[in-house]
Order: sequence, then structure tokens, then C-alpha cells
Amino acid sequence: MSTFGKLIRTTAFKLSIIYLVIFSLFAVGMISYIAYSTQSILGKSLNESITREVTGLGRIYQQGGVRRLANEIERKSRHPGASLYLLLDFSGRILAGNVAELENGALDIEGAARRPIKYKRYGDSEQKYYRAVVNVFDLPGGFRVLVGRDISERDHFREVIGDSLVWSAVVIIVLALISWVFVARRVLSRIDEVTLASKRIMEGQFSERLPVSGSGDEFDRLAEGLNTMLARIETLMHGLKEVSDNIAHDLKTPLTRMRNRIEAALAQEPSSENDRKVLESAIEETDGLIRTFDALLRIARVEAKATHLTFSKIDAGAIVQDLAELYEALAEDGGASLVYDIEKSLDIKGNRELIGQAISNLTDNAIKYASENSGGGESIVKDGAKVNLSASRQGDRIQIIVADNGPGIPIEDREHVLQRFVRLEKSRSKPGSGLGLSLVNAVAGLHDATLALENNQPGLRVVLSFPVWNDDDVLNSGAND
Amino acid sequence: MDRVKTMRVLIIEDDVEAANYLTKALKESGHVPDHASDGEQGYTLASSEDYDVLVVDRMLPKRDGLSVIEALRTEGCETPVLILSALGEVDDRVTGLRAGGDDYLTKPYAFSELLARVEALVRRRIPGQTDMVYKVGPLTLDRLSHSVKRDGENILLQPREFRLLEYLMKNANQVVTRTMLLENVWDYHFDPQTNVIDVHISRLRGKIDKDFDGALLQTIRGAGYMIKAGNMD
Repeated sequence: MSTFGKLIRTTAFKLSIIYLVIFSLFAVGMISYIAYSTQSILGKSLNESITREVTGLGRIYQQGGVRRLANEIERKSRHPGASLYLLLDFSGRILAGNVAELENGALDIEGAARRPIKYKRYGDSEQKYYRAVVNVFDLPGGFRVLVGRDISERDHFREVIGDSLVWSAVVIIVLALISWVFVARRVLSRIDEVTLASKRIMEGQFSERLPVSGSGDEFDRLAEGLNTMLARIETLMHGLKEVSDNIAHDLKTPLTRMRNRIEAALAQEPSSENDRKVLESAIEETDGLIRTFDALLRIARVEAKATHLTFSKIDAGAIVQDLAELYEALAEDGGASLVYDIEKSLDIKGNRELIGQAISNLTDNAIKYASENSGGGESIVKDGAKVNLSASRQGDRIQIIVADNGPGIPIEDREHVLQRFVRLEKSRSKPGSGLGLSLVNAVAGLHDATLALENNQPGLRVVLSFPVWNDDDVLNSGAND
Repeated sequence: MDRVKTMRVLIIEDDVEAANYLTKALKESGHVPDHASDGEQGYTLASSEDYDVLVVDRMLPKRDGLSVIEALRTEGCETPVLILSALGEVDDRVTGLRAGGDDYLTKPYAFSELLARVEALVRRRIPGQTDMVYKVGPLTLDRLSHSVKRDGENILLQPREFRLLEYLMKNANQVVTRTMLLENVWDYHFDPQTNVIDVHISRLRGKIDKDFDGALLQTIRGAGYMIKAGNMD
């Protein structure tokens, strides 16, 4: 996953987005509210001042007639930044005022205009339109008066508010992004440290602990909690290892005695043939028990990735060749043909005995089940039963395949058969402890190899795929002296 | 190539019952066993007395079995050593042999297995073992020309069958166990699930015994195999 991809997927990113959205909505609402109420207050006060002026002008007309009104408007018009004034007679002639041009129909309004109108100011050098709120009213005698207030100041104010809205949005987004990158990178680096440490622990370094920064933050608390747990697990694992070693020593010794007593009894020429048979079968049973016990202990040790196991550069093909030759005769006796196809120099890093044991288990199973397939009793020629062993290089992997044309394993059982003591119903009648495939699985795990149970159509095809030997591989001490 | 007659065996083993049994069984087989119950005592006995073979347990009180062997080897003691261990993993075998042990046996062992191995160790020291031709009754095996004859008649063997017969004849008149065969002929130490060795033996038997009078290659029940000319007489 790319660094950016990792950042996008972080919780910090999701939280930042949520904060960003909520905060933006809040800011927009706030500024909109301020803008709206300011606008309405401004609008109201404009209207009020216009109304006051209209009332004032009306009073002047009543007291002094049109001449006095015209003088008053002329006087007011000359003030800098003044309001708009226009006085017309009944024929539409301008008597006084400071408006040069008006939007069409502006004078047909009665009372306060619903919307701002456009106008040009008298004596304005730029000759451009402005906007104003106006009020038009009639006076007795056919006179018509327009009073208005320029609203460009109000419009400017609105622009300022709009701009601040945009800018604050930009600032919020930028701040959110910065805080997200900062927080996410900090969190990610802590998580990466923890992930690396836990990977090392999973690889068998049980003394490894998660890093604690010392800042006492939530990651430290989490790491401390996990470290306590790891310490406990390490103690338990150590105890378990001791127990299993003790079992090996303490339980196998009495087993030795038991087997040896039976052996001694057998050596003293039993009185009847029946006694001899009983003793012989007792030895066989004991041997079976010992074998199961050994296999269990071996699996446990391999699974614990026991560090004392020596690895060296070995030729996987040579091992397969050895095992094929060892088992060829057994296969033939069982009526199966064992065929092998082995490439040269297939070096891997591994433990020869364990890989040998694994291939032996697989070949043994393959012969057992292939022979079963060729049906019927002993009298039938089982020339159809086949076992194929192959070792080849596939890119940077060394592939060992053991295949038979027996009944195979149904897909739903394939995971299951790798567990200890699991034997499928069909195979219960055959000798075996149910540990063979578990050991193969454990050995594969120890060698970073993959184990796949596939359909050989018909039969089972077991594929072991090892990483090829790499000259940079470090061998543990004393492995190749 | 007679059978090893009487051996002086030193057993260094802390488990009293196992040691007593071993002592008794070795006596019954005609040998002379001594017993030491810890590493110190074992080391003193081994360096002062003259034994044919030492049987040493790996886990011992006072002094670890491997360190006893290492000390003896440093002093130039060449007595063959069979290491006993309950650990029995492949690499324990490697460390055991590296420390100076000659063979390695995992508990629980069959007494016949121990006896077979101890006898094989002692035979190794008997002069004349570098013979180029092995002979058992009417059967001869020439290690140089890789030829096998019985009653003067040539027998054709596969390379692996030749090595199997060679090992059996080298240890003629002695029991050779299945594990010993797997270790010495195939060079693997794991435990095969089925009687894979038996099949090879029966093939070999088909070639050297089947068409002749008297069986040389015998099965010893509960123990292993032995090649022996005795039945011919």
C-alpha cells in the first residue's frame, strides 16, 4: 500500500473529514446569519431615513409651496455624498434634483420601491449606473418627488461578507488538511513501529516488546498493556516448553521400561505360541504409542520454531530422489507404480531430516491411498494405482509435488486434515496416527514454504513450494561447518 | 568375524530403575556392566577403568552428559560412546555427535536396539574391519569390484541393495535394527510410518536366499535383522 493510500485509510483522516464538514457548515451558517441580519438592519434604517425625509419634504411643501421645496432640494442635493432627489412638475419637467438618468419606469412607482433601481448621478464624471433604494410620491398640484438612498455601500458590505466566507472556508480546509497529515503521520509512525515489533514477535522472538515512547499517551498505555500480556504469554510458553521437555523425559522413561519388560519376556521363550503372539502385539502397540508421542513432540518443537534446529544449503531434489528410491519397492509391493521426475540443483535453505520426514509422510500416504483406488481385493491387479513425485524450479520457488490417483480429499476437508489427530472417516481402517499431514504442515511453516492440497483429478496432489536458496541467506550458527 | 563376546560397559544414568534394568539385561546377554548414577562419578570411572563402550544419558545430575564426553575426548580417551536422550530431536543428535559421541539413541529405546548399537560400536574398534571382502558362509561380497557371489554364483544387486547387504555383512552375526539400516544405508534419521525397510529386505532376501539352500538373512522378531551362517551347519 502506498504511503498516501495508508494516510487516506487512517482514522485520523476520517475524523478530519467529519470535523471539516461540521465546522464548515457551522461557519457558513454563522456568517450567513450575520450577513442576513446586518443586511436587514441596514435596509430598515435606509427605509426609515427615506420615510423621514419624505415626511420632511412634504411638510416644507405645505408650508412654503413648490418654490421653497425646490430650493430645499437644490440645497440638499449639493451636499457631498447626498441622497437622491428629483422634483418634477405635472408635465414631467425636472424642477430640481441631482439625478441625471433613471431606469425606465422608475417614476411610475407609487411609494417605496420594492427593489433597488439603477440611476446616473448628475455631474458624475464616470457616467456609470449606481443602485439606490427609492421612494416616489405625489404632491398636490401634480408635482412628483423622488427621494432615494444610494446602496453601493451596502452592496460593498455584502461583498466583504461574501469574501470573508470564501476565505474562512479556504482557511478551514487548509488547517484541517494540515492537522490531518500531522496527526495521521504521527499515528501511523507509531502504528508502524507496533506492527514491526509484533511481526518480529510472531516470527518467534518472544522476548521482543512493543515500543513505548514515554509520553504516556494512549499508544503508550496500549503498548504497556500489550507488553504485560506478552510477558505473560512468554512465561506461559516457556512453561509449556519445559512441560513438554519434561513429558519427553518423564513419560518416555517409564514407556522404555514397559517395552523392555515385554521384550525381556519375549526373549525368555514364551511357553505357548499364544503368549508369544500377545507379547509381540503388545510390543507393536507400545511402539505405536511411542511413535505417536514422538510425532507430537516433534510437531510441537517445529511449530515453536525451535531456534536450535540447524538449517543448511540442501538439494531438495536429492531428498526427493532418496525418498523415491526408498519407497519405490513399497509402492510396487502395494501394486502401485511410483514415478518421479526430478530437476537438478534445487537448492533450498532447510533441515534435511525434517524435509525428508515430510516427504516420507506424504509418499507413504500417497502409496496407501493410490493402492486403495485400484479397487477390489488383493487378487485384482492394481496396475492403475499411481504415485508421482516431482521436484522442479518455478521462478524463485522450488516445488515438490507428491500426487496419487486415490480417492483424494474433498475440498471441505482439506483445511481440516492438517490438524492433529484428524483422520477422515474413509481412512479410519488404515494404520496411522493422523499426525502425518500435521507434521508436514509444521515443517512447511518452519521453512517459509507453502503447502497446498489440490485435486489431482482423480486423487490428491500435495504441492510444497519452498523459497529457492539465496546466497545472501544467513545460516544459523554451526549449521554448515 | 565372530560375534562380540564379552564387553565391559559403563552405564552413566541417573534413573535407577532404568539403569538396573539395563545392567540386568546386559548381564543376561553375557556382558559386564558397571553403573554410575551421576556425571562426576561416571567421569571418574570412565577415566580410570578400561571399558569397551560407554552408555551415557544426556541429562545427568552434577555434570551434564555431553560435558563428561567432551572432557574424556579432550584427555584422549577413545572409548566409543552411545548417548541416550529423551530429547531425541535431529539436532540433539547433531550436537551429541559433535561433542564426541559415536551414536545416539532416543528414549524409550528397545533393549535390542541398544544392544545392537553398542555391539556395532565395539566391532568398529576391532582390527581387521577394513577388509575388502566380507564373507558369511557361502556368501561373499567384494567391496572393490562391487560383486556378490553365493556358492560361486554371481548375484546382481542394485546399488542400494549392495549397500544394504554390505552393512548387514559388516555386522554379521549381530542384530541390525531397522533404524540402524535407515541411518547407515539411506542416511536418514527420521521414523518412517510403515515397514518401508522390510520391503527392501525381502527383495534382498529374494536375491541372496531364495534360490539357495538355507536362509542367511534372518528376521529377529521385535528387534531387526541378522545375517548369519550358523543355520547352514
